[in-house]
Amino acid sequence: MTVLVAAPGLRRPSRGVLVGAVLAAWLLLFVALRGQFTLSAGGPTVVPTWLQHLKDGADGQRNTSPLFLYGFNEIRVAIDPLFTNVQGFFLRLGWLGCTVLAAALGLVFAGWRMMLLALAGFLAFGVLGLFGESMDTLALTLTSVLIALVIGIPLGIVAGNSDRFQQVLTPVLDLMQILPTFAYLPLITLCFLIGPASAVIATVIYAAPPVIRLTSAGIRNVAPATTEASRSLGATRWQTVRHVQLPMAKRTIVLGINQTMMAALSMATITALIDAPGLGKTVLKALSREDVGAAFDAGLCIVILAVVLDRVTTAASQRAADIGRSGRATSVTARPAIALLALVAVVVAAQLPRLTARVSLLFPDGWVHPIRPAVNTASRWIELHLFSTTEAIKNGVTYRLINPLQTLLGDSPWWLLVLVVAALGYVLSGVRIALAAAGCLVGLPLLGLWPSGMITLASTLVGAVSAMVIGVVVGVWTGRNDLADRILRPFLDAGQTMPAFVYLIPGLALFGATRFTGIVAGVIYASPVVIKVVNEGIRDVSPSTIEAAVASGSTPWQVITKVQLPMARPHLLLAFNQGVIYVLAAVIVAGLVGGGGLGLDVINGFSQVSLAGTGLAAGIGIVLLGIMLDRITQGAGRRRAGSDVALGAH
Amino acid sequence: MAITRVNARRLTGTLALVLASAAALAGCGAAKVDTAGGSSPAGSASAAAGSAAACGTVNIAVNPWVGYQADAAVVAYLAKNKLGCTVVKKDLKEEVSWQGFETGQVDAVLENWGHDDLKKTYITDKKVAVEAGPMGAMGIIGWYVPQWMADKYPDITDYKNLNKYASIFKTSESGGVGQLLDGDPSYVTNDAALVKNLNLNYKVVVGGSEAALIKSLQTATDQKKPLLFYFYEPQFALSKLKIARVSLPPYTAGCDAVPAKIACDYPPYVLDKVVSTKFANSGSRAYQLIKNYRLTNDQQNLIASYIAEQNMSDDEAAKKWVDANPDVWKSWLPTG
Repeated sequence: MTVLVAAPGLRRPSRGVLVGAVLAAWLLLFVALRGQFTLSAGGPTVVPTWLQHLKDGADGQRNTSPLFLYGFNEIRVAIDPLFTNVQGFFLRLGWLGCTVLAAALGLVFAGWRMMLLALAGFLAFGVLGLFGESMDTLALTLTSVLIALVIGIPLGIVAGNSDRFQQVLTPVLDLMQILPTFAYLPLITLCFLIGPASAVIATVIYAAPPVIRLTSAGIRNVAPATTEASRSLGATRWQTVRHVQLPMAKRTIVLGINQTMMAALSMATITALIDAPGLGKTVLKALSREDVGAAFDAGLCIVILAVVLDRVTTAASQRAADIGRSGRATSVTARPAIALLALVAVVVAAQLPRLTARVSLLFPDGWVHPIRPAVNTASRWIELHLFSTTEAIKNGVTYRLINPLQTLLGDSPWWLLVLVVAALGYVLSGVRIALAAAGCLVGLPLLGLWPSGMITLASTLVGAVSAMVIGVVVGVWTGRNDLADRILRPFLDAGQTMPAFVYLIPGLALFGATRFTGIVAGVIYASPVVIKVVNEGIRDVSPSTIEAAVASGSTPWQVITKVQLPMARPHLLLAFNQGVIYVLAAVIVAGLVGGGGLGLDVINGFSQVSLAGTGLAAGIGIVLLGIMLDRITQGAGRRRAGSDVALGAH
Repeated sequence: MAITRVNARRLTGTLALVLASAAALAGCGAAKVDTAGGSSPAGSASAAAGSAAACGTVNIAVNPWVGYQADAAVVAYLAKNKLGCTVVKKDLKEEVSWQGFETGQVDAVLENWGHDDLKKTYITDKKVAVEAGPMGAMGIIGWYVPQWMADKYPDITDYKNLNKYASIFKTSESGGVGQLLDGDPSYVTNDAALVKNLNLNYKVVVGGSEAALIKSLQTATDQKKPLLFYFYEPQFALSKLKIARVSLPPYTAGCDAVPAKIACDYPPYVLDKVVSTKFANSGSRAYQLIKNYRLTNDQQNLIASYIAEQNMSDDEAAKKWVDANPDVWKSWLPTG
């Protein structure tokens, strides 16, 4: 990577030319060899068959094999009550108790503004008619976050103090984060069956990396002199951690908790596929009934939950930092009083339903006003009046872009594609990356998943390029215009916290169950992060450079194309990398609504016992595709911006 | 250090807030939970809470098609309102529901389509489930075209002529050959094997759901667009949409023994009910209800159309039908 940054086009022809040459050679060979050495039948099925046997074997031994009796089943049995208790706690608290508790926590931790936000958010769950479902999702998220923190913070502390451990851990965390959420699910159900316990485990795996990384980063940012001073004063290692490192790293750790919580929420909704309760289930059911309105209500609740959790924890961490800086809380004296008041309010709210029959544990029916009917009316209107337009857009993109690309990928000899990937990897990132990427691609035919993989790859590439176009246009605009940036930023922040799931809903309403819907969802899902990274790249260009360009008579267009974009190249590469990863995640989830490809294979694996082997293989295939795309597009810059980029810490 | 102390105090305060409220609630709530909640908060927080004095909790799997939703609506309504059970409906795919018999998450499947392999695994081998008799409706699965196509191309209803028409069934999703539209990936289907073994120039495209099938059929009927699709009865949508069946090589016993080699039509299905062994042995009144429950295709279609076409909730639809047909369901209720 250092080579790329240090020598832009000096030692060899520019990378653009080389990439062009590789692609041109590919096209030529495609024309010559079209239809030969393809794997349209999928290739050998040894691995799926073996995985199927593994699955059948596991099912047969679930109550006999020691691995299950004392291993997986024990974990399952240990985690289940954790979730059930949190869920049961909310259930006993009732809607009023939950709402007041949320508001009280908002007030105590983050101030009265956040109290109002939490209050409004929780009432909205009830008004939309999904209070119980929202609490289920919250319970799943909180249980997973709790476990993720218990595991993650100690790991982060060790990683912060040991370079060797950090080195071992980093690639593992990288992997955990680039995997599309879907990829774990088959493997998890193999070990833990379906149900909330499996959902919690899947969520923990997905959500733990940010807090591990940021805990470690926070501890590493403590000045070595401070740590040494503490040690030289005779403090033990543990005392140093507890009294010096953790307090000073606190703000970074809280940021990690925030990101872990957001990741957990996004995964918790997707685990509806393995029978986890909550809003994801509602979305899933609505998608399968093409009930756009119901999906919209549930999607809105997920959005609200995300915003409340994000804002409240962010405000809490800022407040912690402010208190830390001033050395004294602004209202230390008032605080115990507030906390006491909040406590009383919560207890009263929770006991009211037991004291008077006029307050129910369930949200009052009369207050429920879902927007489902309105959305369904709108959706039917669109179907009736815009059908030809949406159909034309869908068909245009499908016939002009997706299908040709899929033909190019699917009808090329498979080894040609591997060579192309290797060549691109070499040109863009060096020998090691080239080998890794090509190795991943070779895995697809070994898994018997070549055709599905090519469908997914084609959709991902079309989506990523589209997201990139949008990202560059909007990113340049906000990068040059402070007002636009300020207006757009909250939307981008909110957009980034949504699970990919949610974006299928408008896509389905407009374009029906097709691959195009998945691509649309992917573009919406990826755009915020791409825009942000491009924006940051444009803003990083030093003002004096731009002034010099303007002084020498450049037009704004020339400034953008000749100065800002070229200088933001590392950021553009990073943006594309992120775009590809995000689009891949969404395209996989779109298997639910006609997206086809590996996502459909995974879903088939959940649905039909005889296809479980293929489902497991598809999970692995997604992993391979994800790593391949990540490695090739990685280019310069990804690690420059630090590990937190992937989750949008900017 | 002062910093930490302040924060620690604050943190302790807040923790106390949460813990105390938890304790306060648990303390007061405990007695009530036992009387009201029955066994455990096994279902979702959103599950309807009813009085559960005599019956306990029944977990009913709900598979993803409206006809099944109608079955579950009626059984759940009767179990709740006539027997006082707590009913937890679980939206699960067919085969996953069977897994639930083993894990204890599912007590009953109300409309099972064949699944002889699963019956062998879970009923014969593992003994975690038992049959609870036919549910009354007869299941048909097949390939269909909208009626206007059969009128316009009379020979299209024979599979042997499908290749001749493949080009008119092409879509953006079918990759150059004709499209055969399938429903939910979890449905009973041999379509991929059929296309391959009958040498048809078609590709199975998964629409993803019953709703996607019906919507496509609606569009194909309204706008006279060609459509070849997988469909089934009982099916409420057929009261408004007319379709014609495409004949496949006739079904003979055993012709579907090896899934990859199937080249014959779907058998007729006697839809039946399956319950977990634990539930059957529990003596629950709900088990008697489920065992006696029977609906004809027409009855199920009617209730399904309340839900899907008149936008009623499950309970509203069930109530409307239950109120109008007491003589049908009275005999389902356990005696005594």
